[in-house]
Amino acid sequence: MSRAALLVLADGRFPAGGHAHSGGAEAAVKAGRITDAVSLEQFCRGRLHTSGAVAASLAAAAALGVDPRELDRAADARTPSPALRLVARRLGRQLVRAARATWPHPELDELAHQFPKGAHQPVALGTAARAAGLGPQDAAYCSLYEGVSGPATAVVRLLGLDPFDATAVLARLAPALDRAAQDAVEAGQRALSDGPEALPARSAPLLEIGAEAHAKWPVRLFAS
Amino acid sequence: MSLGHHHDGPAAVPADAHRPDGTRRALRIGLGGPVGSGKTATVAALCRALREELSLAVVTNDIYTREDAAFLLREAVLPPERITAVETGACPHTAIRDDISANLEAVEDLEDEVGPLDLILVESGGDNLTATFSKGLVDAQIFVIDVAGGDDIPRKGGPGVTTADLLVVNKTDLAPHVGSDLARMEADAKANRGELPVVLQSLRGERGVRDVADWVRERLAAWTA
Ligand SMILES: Nc1nc2c(ncn2[C@@H]2O[C@H](COP(=O)(O)OP(=O)(O)OP(=O)(O)O)[C@@H](O)[C@H]2O)c(=O)[nH]1
Ligand SMILES: [Mg+2]
Repeated sequence: MSRAALLVLADGRFPAGGHAHSGGAEAAVKAGRITDAVSLEQFCRGRLHTSGAVAASLAAAAALGVDPRELDRAADARTPSPALRLVARRLGRQLVRAARATWPHPELDELAHQFPKGAHQPVALGTAARAAGLGPQDAAYCSLYEGVSGPATAVVRLLGLDPFDATAVLARLAPALDRAAQDAVEAGQRALSDGPEALPARSAPLLEIGAEAHAKWPVRLFAS
Repeated sequence: MSLGHHHDGPAAVPADAHRPDGTRRALRIGLGGPVGSGKTATVAALCRALREELSLAVVTNDIYTREDAAFLLREAVLPPERITAVETGACPHTAIRDDISANLEAVEDLEDEVGPLDLILVESGGDNLTATFSKGLVDAQIFVIDVAGGDDIPRKGGPGVTTADLLVVNKTDLAPHVGSDLARMEADAKANRGELPVVLQSLRGERGVRDVADWVRERLAAWTA
């Protein structure tokens, strides 16, 4: 396992399309649920323990070698919003493209072949982690960190929030993120031994509803 | 690129000149430049000029709306299935330079869905003078400025003005009204660009987009040669 490879995959500048997405933050800002650093932190914590935990468990399971087709079906079942499914597949496709150019690997070729329009992003992330020689814990960390750093960056742009305050939010979330990564690895291992049903199925209804509404806005800064 | 047992998967190398089935892909030309300089109007005029002789498609990159795609659809310059809008998340230059994955997907999907294409025009969202396209996304790029944005822009230079394969100084019809010195703009642009070509155009004038269309035809002849 290479710590440097983990930094490459976790880098916010890794060219896999994330920059155009707010992780639900744009909808939450418009609804008045994120107004400052405190409410950004609450939003991120909520995300971390719901859809974030599910995504990280899927990523860990994929990194452990659980069949991507089964995981993709499990991800669909855990994503009620059609708009969010579409986004997850789009980002998965973009990630596979970037990862194939970065860490060429037959499993990534196979994933691109099986899902020409994209597998769910966490499944792609776990497979990319394998191709990069990384493990389930790395995949879980990347997934969780992306799940909170995306909204934090977006809120800097949407509200003009002080970027130092946004970064301090991420630092305060670190202990919770460490625990969530451990949980996700254990969930991934259960999925490997007992099948994908063993994955958590927590959800955040407001994220799902917000995503559906956001997808219909005629004017928006972020794609989701 | 890897030639494994999958011949129908997307290419691993985006800038590759061939599609997974071995045929040559469409020539991709990017149009960038400041907000309101006339990128969409130039794209629309190019579509009208070239659509009889070429199989064309357009990708737009709007910053926070779908105005450009909507304009092209309203003007019916191409059938709707040949126009795709990419969302750029407040950073138009990121989507054409630093992280081109969404745009690559859009051009590949157009080729798959409306099939064999000669040319794809990729319009950037209006941005600043440093915004240029990645070579991984386009084969050539046009930078569009206008006379109303200040006649010192060609002198100031910047990556767009200096390095684009073609510099277009648009809206020359407005020069008398905004007090821009066209001769100076042209001389400054040439001084900054060495051998690279410069076109002064007015889409309101009789020549319209003709010079740019001729340049596109030349690029296409070189691409398919
Ligand atoms: N007078 C004059 N107006 C022009 C010319 N070309 C474009 N325009 C007008 O300039 C305005 C902006 O043109 P667009 O083509 O939308 O500019 P754009 O660069 O695509 O703008 P963004 O995508 O918003 O950055 C429109 O009202 C056009 O009709 C020209 O040659 N002369
Ligand atoms: Mg435009």
